[in-house]
This record gives sequence, C-alpha cells and structure tokens, in this order.
Amino acid sequence: MTGQNNRKRTLALTFWLVGMAICALIVSRTTFTTDLSAFLPQSPTKEQGVLLDQLRDGIVARLILTGVEGADAPTRAAISKGMAERLRADPAFVTVNNGEPVNSARDQAFLFGNRYLLSSAVTPERFTVEGMHAALSDSIALLASPAGLMVKGLLPRDPTGELMGLLEGMAGTRRPHLQNGAWASRDGARALLLAQTRATGADIDAQQHAMRQIRASFDAVRVSLGAAATSATLVMTGPGVFAVNSRDTIEREVTRLSIISTLIIVALLLMVYRSFLALALGLMPVISGALVGVVAVSLGFGMVHGITLGFGTTLIGEAVDYSIYLFMQSRAAGPGRAGSSETEASDWLRDFWPTIRLGVLTSIVGFACLLLSSFPGLAQLGLYSIAGLVSAALVTRFVLPHLLPADFRIRDVSAIGARIARLAHYAPLLRWPLALITLLAVLVLIQHRGTLLNPELSSLSPVSLADQATDARLRADIGAPDVRYMVVVSAADSEAALQSAERIAAQLTPLVSQGTLVAFESPSRYLPSIATQRTRQASLPGDDLPQRLEAASAGLPIRATVLQPFLADVAAAKIRAPLQRADMDKTSMALAVDSLLFQRGASWTAVLPLTGPPTGLDAAPIRAALVAAGQPNALFVDLKAESNKLYSGYLREAALLSLGGLAGILVLLMFALRSPMRVARVLLPLVAVVITLVAIFALCGHRMTILHLVGLLLVVAVGSNYALFFSNGDEAGAISAQTLTSLAFANIATVAGFGLLGFSQVPVLQAIGITVGPGAVMALIFAASFGGARSVKAG
Amino acid sequence: MTLTRFRRPLHTLLYTLLLGLPVFAHAADWNIDALMTSLAQVKPGRATFTEKKTISLLDRPVESSGELSYSPPDRLEKRTLKPKPEAMLVEGGVLTFQRGQQKHTVQLAEYPELTGFIDSIRGTLAGDRKTLERSFRLKLEGPAERWLLTLTPTNPKMATSVHLIRIAGLRDDVRSIEVIQTDGDRSLMNIERMSAR
Repeated sequence: MTGQNNRKRTLALTFWLVGMAICALIVSRTTFTTDLSAFLPQSPTKEQGVLLDQLRDGIVARLILTGVEGADAPTRAAISKGMAERLRADPAFVTVNNGEPVNSARDQAFLFGNRYLLSSAVTPERFTVEGMHAALSDSIALLASPAGLMVKGLLPRDPTGELMGLLEGMAGTRRPHLQNGAWASRDGARALLLAQTRATGADIDAQQHAMRQIRASFDAVRVSLGAAATSATLVMTGPGVFAVNSRDTIEREVTRLSIISTLIIVALLLMVYRSFLALALGLMPVISGALVGVVAVSLGFGMVHGITLGFGTTLIGEAVDYSIYLFMQSRAAGPGRAGSSETEASDWLRDFWPTIRLGVLTSIVGFACLLLSSFPGLAQLGLYSIAGLVSAALVTRFVLPHLLPADFRIRDVSAIGARIARLAHYAPLLRWPLALITLLAVLVLIQHRGTLLNPELSSLSPVSLADQATDARLRADIGAPDVRYMVVVSAADSEAALQSAERIAAQLTPLVSQGTLVAFESPSRYLPSIATQRTRQASLPGDDLPQRLEAASAGLPIRATVLQPFLADVAAAKIRAPLQRADMDKTSMALAVDSLLFQRGASWTAVLPLTGPPTGLDAAPIRAALVAAGQPNALFVDLKAESNKLYSGYLREAALLSLGGLAGILVLLMFALRSPMRVARVLLPLVAVVITLVAIFALCGHRMTILHLVGLLLVVAVGSNYALFFSNGDEAGAISAQTLTSLAFANIATVAGFGLLGFSQVPVLQAIGITVGPGAVMALIFAASFGGARSVKAG
Repeated sequence: MTLTRFRRPLHTLLYTLLLGLPVFAHAADWNIDALMTSLAQVKPGRATFTEKKTISLLDRPVESSGELSYSPPDRLEKRTLKPKPEAMLVEGGVLTFQRGQQKHTVQLAEYPELTGFIDSIRGTLAGDRKTLERSFRLKLEGPAERWLLTLTPTNPKMATSVHLIRIAGLRDDVRSIEVIQTDGDRSLMNIERMSAR
C-alpha cells in the first residue's frame, strides 16, 4: 500500500518536475514584448492596414519631439544648438532639425538646380512669347519690390521666376518660430528640436537608445554651459517615446504587482497554514499554472505581451484557491476520522473535486470565448487563463494529494470557521436588500445604456494624461501636423505610385482653392514622376528659345544679353537625365519624399497627407476627387476615425464574446447540474453581481473599456466556484464551516491578487483590477445570500 | 550728392528767412544722440513714398510709389500701390510679404542680411541707436534742419551686399533713404509725411 503510494508519488512528482523543466526551457526562449501594436488586429481592413503601418513604421512614428525648458532664452537656444550638433553626428538619427540653416544652402541648390523639372508651372504655354513676357514682367516687378534684394542674383538664370514659384508652393508648411537662432515655442518658453530616428517607431530598444542619446547630449551641453544652464530641463515626446515609457511602466508595474501580490498571498497562507511546507505545496499549482500559461501563449502566439504577464499575476489570486480548497476541505471531508492525510485527500477528491472541476470548467468556457477574439491581446489573455487554470487545477488534483506528507495538518481554523458560519447564517437576510439593489442597478443601466462603454481606443493607452498633454503642446509648438487624414495609393513601382499621386494631387488642388481642404502634401511635389519630368522637359523650348526670349522681352527694361545664363540652363535642363531619389540625398526634401513614398513588400505606397479645416474634413469631395483622378483603389483614411472604428469593432466583438461565454457557461451548468432550478441558483447571484458592478461604474461616470468586459467574465469565472459550493450545499447536505472558511480565504486571496491591479497605472490592468477586486467580494456575498441560506441553516 | 551739398546752405538760409528760427543756436548740441532722441519721440504716423531703383540688370530704373506707416517701436508697413499693389509688413521679428494672392511670412532671424537692412530703417525711425550700432557704423553730418545719417555695415555678411545706407531728414522727420549696394545697384526712397488726420 505504502509502496504503491510511494510509486504514485514518485511518478506524479517526476511528471511534474519534467513538465516544469520543459516549460522553463520554453519560457527562457520566449520573446516578451510590450509593443502595443500586439494589441491591434492581425487581419485588418485596408484602411486599418494603413493605420497600423503608420503606427509601426511611418515617419511620424520615428519622430522624437524634444523641448528644452527653464533657464533663459539664449541659454535654451545654445543648448538646442549644442544638442543638435552632437545628435547630427549620431548614426541613430537620420535628421535633427532645430531651425539652424544646416540644409538650407543644399536645399536651395537642389531646388534651383532642378527647377525646370520640379515646377508644375513648366508648361508649353509658359514658354511661348506671351507666357515669357508675362513671367518676365512679373520678375521685374518683384525685383522692384522689397523682396528684390533676395531675387536679384537669380534673375539672369531664372528670369521666369520658377524658383520663387517652387518656394511659394512649399511655403504652406508651417514652421516654428526662431529665437536666438533656434526653434522656439510660440510663447518663447521652450526651445524645440525635432529628431528623426533611423530605427522604426516599433523598435523600442532602438527608440530607447535614441532617447538616451538625446538625454546624454542634453546633459553634456548643459554641463558645458555652466551655471546659466543649471535650471534647464528636457522634455521628450513622440510615438517612440510613448512606446519606451509604456514599456517601462508595464515592466515596472508587472514586477511590482507580482511581488506585492505574491507577498500578500504568501503572508495570508502562512497566517492560515502556519507551515512553510503547506505554503510551498499551496503555491505549487499557482507557479505551475503561471508557467504553463506563459508557455501556452509563447507557443500559440510566438511571443508573450507584458500585459499578459501582468494579467498573470491575477491568476495567482484564482489558482491559489484550489490548494486552499484542498487543504481546508480535506479536513472537512473526513471529520471525526483519525485517518491519514491521504485518505482525507481522497475523501476530498470524492466530495469536493466534482464541484471544483465544474468551477474550473466554467472558467474555461468563459475564457474560451476570448480565444476567438481578433484582438490578439485578448486572445493571449484567454489562452493564458485557460492554460494556467487547467494546469493549476490538474496539479491540485493529480500531483498535490500525493505530495501531502502523512502527518500533513494545517492549523485548525474551526474557530474562524465558526465565526464565518455565524456570519453566513445571517447572509439570507441580505437577500431582499440585494435583490432591491440589483433591481435599482437594472434601472441605472437602462438610464445609462448609451454611455456605458468608452468608444475611444486611447482609453486603453498606457500613456498618462500628463504625457499626452505634453505631446499635444510640443506638437502644436513645432507645427508638426497632426496627421489625421491621408490619401494612400499603392502601385507596383515607385514611378507608378508617383504618377497616381500626381493625378490625385491634380484633383485635390481645386479643393484647396475652394476651401474644402486647407492644404495637402504629395511626394510628387519633391520628386515628380519620370513621365511628368519628361513632359516638362518637352515643354521647354529648343533652339528657338533665343528668338522667343528676344520677342518676349520687347518693351521690357531688360536686355536679352543679360539672360544668356537662362538660355544655357534651359538647354541643359531639356536634355538632362530625370531626377531620381538618390539625387536628393542630404537635402530636407529627401526626408519629405521618404516619409511620403516608401516600399512595403513588393509594392510602393505614396501617401498624401491632407490638412482639413478645423471643423473637420468632409470625406465625400475627397472620395469624389479620387474617382475623378481615375484612382479607384486609392484610399482616403481618417486615422482617428479608423482607430476608433477598429476599437469599437473590438468592443462589440468582446461584448458578443462575453455573452457567448455566458451562454457557454449556462449550457455547461445545464449539462452538469441537470436542473434548471439549480442552474438558476448558481447563475442568479453572478448575473446580479455583474449588473450591480456595471451600474456602479455608470454611476461613477467610469466608462468601461474592453478590459472591463474581460474583468466581468473573470468575476463570473471566480464567482461560479462560490455559487457552486453554496448551491451544492443543498445536495451534499450542509455547507460546512470548513468549506465556508476555505471560500472566505480563497476570496481574500483573489481580492488581494486582483485588487492590487486596481492601483496600476496601466489602464488595461487597472480596468481588470477595479472590476474583479470588488466583483469577487460581491460574488461571495451574493452567492452566500442567494444560494447558501438553507444549507447553512440545515447544518 | 553734390547737389545736396550745395543745396544745404540754401535751405538753411531759406528756413532762417521764412521761419526766423535760430537755426545754428543748437548746433553745438546736435549729435547722433540728439537726433535719436528727437526721432524716438515721433508718434505713429503715415507717409507717402516714391522709390526709384537703379538696377544694372535693367535698362532703366524701376519706380514705385505707395504708403508707409510706422508705429513705434517695431511695426513698419510699406504698401506699394504702383506699379503693382503689394505690401510688406515688419512687426517684431516677422516679415510678411503680400503680392497678389500670395502671402509669405518669413522670420527675420532666418535672413540676417535682411534683418540688418530692416533694422537700419526701423532703428532710425525709432531712434534706437543701440540697434543701429549692432550692424552699422554711424556718421552724422549737417545740422538738425538738414541732417544726413550714413550707415556703413559692420556685419561682414551684410557688407557683401550693402555698401552703405544714407538717411536724410529734417529734425524728427525722415525724408529719404538711399541704399547703395556693393554691385552699384541703388535705390532712393523719398518720404513725405502725411499731415496728421
């Protein structure tokens, strides 16, 4: 008998150890990520694809906006210049802009040297005698104007004013103010610097490195400037900065929460068990569950998100329940019998395991619906929970009983049990008040039905409101366009993409003069398609230009001889090779083109950002323009609307899945309990808890996100255990004081685990915490009041 | 220039005769500071101008005319009416050009040469010696009734394009601004203060 048990024990232990070793091996090779795009969909619509692409790889995602505050204006400008000098030499950055004219000479040389290929004013009409006469008159008038000083030198080579035309076209972009030779905010309180990283915004390690470099350059320059600069401070913002900060926050929180909740639960278990052995055994299912959960997610998704890990700490709160039930209820299972712990354990398996098994199954059914979510984050949470709970339960069932030493005894908690039983005795008194509360809650829900859910994706963002405000401020200062609207068109090669962009631009231009659009950008402005460049070359006159010019200058105070350089420039422009992207290297225009024209896989994408009026952009005329441009597959994307649509899609889906989960639980209970009455008795308190909880959120003005829904599902999962025990009391005779005590301790452990999350700064974790923490307590009270009454009395 | 020099005694005589003012009475006190002090007291005002630019690229000078308005200390607007309407407004560190539909705003700090040039006019109008001396060496000739202030650029960048700027006036009234560029191109702007309305 003992030998057989020893064999069983060895087998179970070996099994467990081998399993854990394999899990540890897989975990050690797992990629952990905090990239929030993991919480974005995998199979998006085309518009959502654009959104995600911009979030991950877009130029906007590579910008780090930096502000220098404090000290005085000349010092801030000096810091900005010093930082820029250092950062420009740093390979981590593609460009660093702070208003210093580092590129301007090169930019102007580029524009001037390529003016006949770049200017949309270059048409055959422009170079007729009449066209040139008009252009020359214009240039002469400009010469006489206050701006004449600046254009005089250009006249012999550019008498038709193509450069001025080009500059006018590009002047639409707003630029920050200059103060002491460096960009400054409108109110002058802050020096500004804009850095573009070489790495994508999604490469958080590289973003973190870039941030460190910026901080290091700031520190170094500040020290070198001495006392004047001591009060200067640095602020940074941008998508990359957000990603880095989010990761820091998530990592910090996950670590902190895991440690604290572990400590609390360990303290609680020690207090109850008064035995380190019992503690170690009690934590076994928890640790196994957490480990298997990570492994399952790692194998299923290829990587594990930090938020999933944070969520994992909550699992401690639920998985620990199983061992609490085992240890405490084992005593109850065999009361009066002086048997060994083993027989007690097998008694427990007989008396209580079916109830717990049903509870675990209920949880699994509830979480299984999350697996179906197209929100990868939710699917991860679902898989983690299922794998974790199943293994915790299996370890409790098949491994733990064999490991209990023969003389295993936890502290006698019957005194506490008696007290709890007395309390539970009064629980039914709460039945009617609770029913009333639930009824009121239903009324609240009906009243607030439109505003229960938060439709903004940003509600999930781990970026603090203060950081968001800093971002908005710096963005406004620097005039960085809040890229919200864009037209996106893809083609097989860059030439085709540019041609499409040109056709679209031609249709958008009238919308600007009509006021529908304030402005728009196009890569073709900086790099026209080869076809367009050839057309422009063809519109330049050939050998007859001298004659035409002679005729055009008749009556004007300019001699054609002065304009010899013009003739030479036009002749050269007419036969030169078309402008390529490589010709733009080291100019500001290269940055513009790269951000607006890029390769994705096999195809090229051109992006035309649109600036709408403050009242918002009407989509209809834009879509009409796309059709008129003969670009039916060009997309008009409103990034904000798209991200909210994406999120509300998730939200709807999560709501449906939660209902599905509930239905699944219902079916399961019907199958297991085979009595609609008993099913109702189990589910009624849980439904009442959910309704009341949602009503409390509504009354507090706290709008629920997708994670609150997950939290509600957890409440049902955890609460189903309580409800099953209480309703089970009917058949198994009485719910004993021991069982009650185990439920109370399990509840405290759960509340400790989840409640802590409520203090998290990560909205995703906080949402779950504030839902499950109070929800678990309410579930116990509701279950005791609705289900437990008779059974306690009967005992 | 030679003409002006000859004319000066003539004017002085004329003023003495017509107004009976003791023209030379304050001659000893007349210096750059005195000029600046009297200019600094000027209230916001408007004037008409005619400008003649002589540019080597062009066969004949280009003439333009319009209105000037100035509000101390740093707002200067030049509104050209002929031959083509256009406007230039300098306010603080921002310069705005308007030609037809086009409007450009540039920050003076981005164009140091332009800044010096604008400061020469604005500084004179405001009687701001400090600003003027930041970019120019000042030389004052003539009496208060017919002074001539010559500004020679000290800023090397500016010196490559501007040879000198000559501003002539009568007490606190700036009458003409002449800019002579290093390449020989020049512009002369005559200013006529509009009577207070």
